[in-house]
Amino acid sequence: MAEELAKSEPDAEAADIPLLRIEAVVKKFGGFRAVDRLSLDIRAGEFFALLGPSGCGKTTLLRMLAGFETPDEGRILLDGKDIARVLPHQRPVNMMFQNYALFPHLNVRDNMAFGLKRAGMPASEINTRVAEMVELVKLGGLETRKPDQLSGGQKQRVALARSLARRPQVLLLDEPLAALDKKLRESTQLELMELQRRLGTTFVIVTHDQEEAMTVADRIGVMDSGRLEQVATPRELYEAPSSRWIAEFVGDVNIFDGQVASREAGRLSIATKDAGTIMVAEPRLPITKTIVAVAIRPEKVKLSRRGPAPDAVNAHAINRLEGIVTDVSYLGGVTSYKLKLDSGAVVRSSMANTARIDSDAYRASQRVVAWFTPDDCLVLEQ
Amino acid sequence: MSARRIFTRPARIAAIAPSLWMALFFLVPFGFVLKISLSQTAIAQPPYLPVFDLTQGAAAIKAAAAALSLDNFKLLVSDDLYVLSYLRSLVVALVSTSILLLIGYPIAYGMTRLPQRWQGVAMMLVIVPFWTSFLIRIYAWINILQHDGLLNKVLLALHLVAAPVVWLSTDGAMYLGIVYSYLPFMILPLYATLAKMDPALLEAASDLGASPRRAFWLVTFPLSLPGVAAGVLLCFIPIVGEFVIPDLLAGSGSMMIGQTLWLEFFTNKDWPVASAVAVVLLVLLVGPLVFYDRLQRRQLEAAR
Repeated sequence: MAEELAKSEPDAEAADIPLLRIEAVVKKFGGFRAVDRLSLDIRAGEFFALLGPSGCGKTTLLRMLAGFETPDEGRILLDGKDIARVLPHQRPVNMMFQNYALFPHLNVRDNMAFGLKRAGMPASEINTRVAEMVELVKLGGLETRKPDQLSGGQKQRVALARSLARRPQVLLLDEPLAALDKKLRESTQLELMELQRRLGTTFVIVTHDQEEAMTVADRIGVMDSGRLEQVATPRELYEAPSSRWIAEFVGDVNIFDGQVASREAGRLSIATKDAGTIMVAEPRLPITKTIVAVAIRPEKVKLSRRGPAPDAVNAHAINRLEGIVTDVSYLGGVTSYKLKLDSGAVVRSSMANTARIDSDAYRASQRVVAWFTPDDCLVLEQ
Repeated sequence: MSARRIFTRPARIAAIAPSLWMALFFLVPFGFVLKISLSQTAIAQPPYLPVFDLTQGAAAIKAAAAALSLDNFKLLVSDDLYVLSYLRSLVVALVSTSILLLIGYPIAYGMTRLPQRWQGVAMMLVIVPFWTSFLIRIYAWINILQHDGLLNKVLLALHLVAAPVVWLSTDGAMYLGIVYSYLPFMILPLYATLAKMDPALLEAASDLGASPRRAFWLVTFPLSLPGVAAGVLLCFIPIVGEFVIPDLLAGSGSMMIGQTLWLEFFTNKDWPVASAVAVVLLVLLVGPLVFYDRLQRRQLEAAR
């Protein structure tokens, strides 16, 4: 059964042609542009996440893919055909709804079979397919239950199976895990990835939870005010955000405003107001402006009593900031510190707790050195 | 044990109060009616025999009890008048309720499709007739439907008819009056059920390949069935016992059971037969009433 499902997995070549092409799509609600000339390609077999704060237009975009909203301008091409004006019930696309939208008067089996019956599939085939879906989402024994007799996690599985039963070309997921508690959400994220890999179906998920997007997605499109700010893999998004807004939206970050003071041997030295001169590796794309910001993720900021050992590689190029520990938050796997520099600026650092008994832990009001290499830093144009 | 601890004294009184109310104002009077239905008519005050007189002692009461009989009920079964009245009542209620459902459902459904602020206005329009007395509204219909009434005047003025049409004192006028009067009772429960339906369900149906028409029959309609049942029973039960509308708008050809009861009680002064008619009517309606009660209880449980 699993082999049969795996057949729809696209080959490597096909993955290069976009299955879904969104071209300069605009959606207005009154005078408000919910989606503003947005273009995006999504490849076949990809797990794509639309990430953004609430009201950024990500749900509107998803609803246009499903057909519940019609774009005011632009095209949506699925396999080369413009589907922007095709009615939802005529699209080879299915959606998993935020609150599942399970039919309360139908049991698990009939919910899953709903879409198959509309497709005119013979009863025997429907039975086989439903049994397949039940097994896929591990709901054996619950086929005759009504939705109100299921737990939140079980409902989520029924909704997933129902939307996958028709074997859509693209599965749209609208905040599919938002209603689950944290533990269940994490395990379900892994199951979702496993399922997507096995089926090879293109998944487009909408979420406001950046950790969720980074966990499940191959690529993430970050949206703000109806536009895509950046489309990148989770690692690129975190390590090489294209703007200050994204650096701040995705994960924690220390940011220092400054000016480019000099440039030598692949390094920029940047004079900052709050943290003195910071040496930064020159980015691949040349910096054209002089007013810039330096961004360093907290886990790249290491703490020590005296600074890095003098024999460290390129010891002279290491950035050192001195300050007093003001806050210590022990979070289990990591400890998060807040440091007040002499300039008054605050620097955050998080250190992995690699040893069970740590005699080296820093305490509040202790004076320490925070250090990081030029490669740890990112230069962002304002 | 724990239930006692949860419920405070005022809460327990509040729980008992409705039962007391029902016992006092329904069961006790019904006991009287039941007793009268087993008595015989008499030219006396009160106009039936026997009369239980608690001051006459146990022997007299025993004798009075022995005089009770089922004769009136036998009469109801043997005389066509009563059987036909019951049948006509059921047929009128069935036909009226069907018309009400056919008209009320689209109205209630249309109301849920209005923008939010217009839904309140539509609701007001449904309720507004209640501000005028029911009887006055029926008299208004008489005015409209009578020989030289508004309807005939308009039709004559437009040259749609050559001579006045007989509208009043027909079954058509009666059905019109019943449907007009009971429409809010059909619309309101239907609207309440339809309005609370999650619109995402229709989107899900559409997403899974159902056209809007199929989505309505596969999702909206089955989910509105509790509202349909509530509206149907809320109309059917009182229409069976309806008296005023058939009396004022229908012809004198055949009577509904409410009219027969009125005739026995006020014209024939036959209290025992009138009581027997009432008892049988109640028994006929117990079925639908129990069904309605179960339905409401199930909805309460589902809402929990």
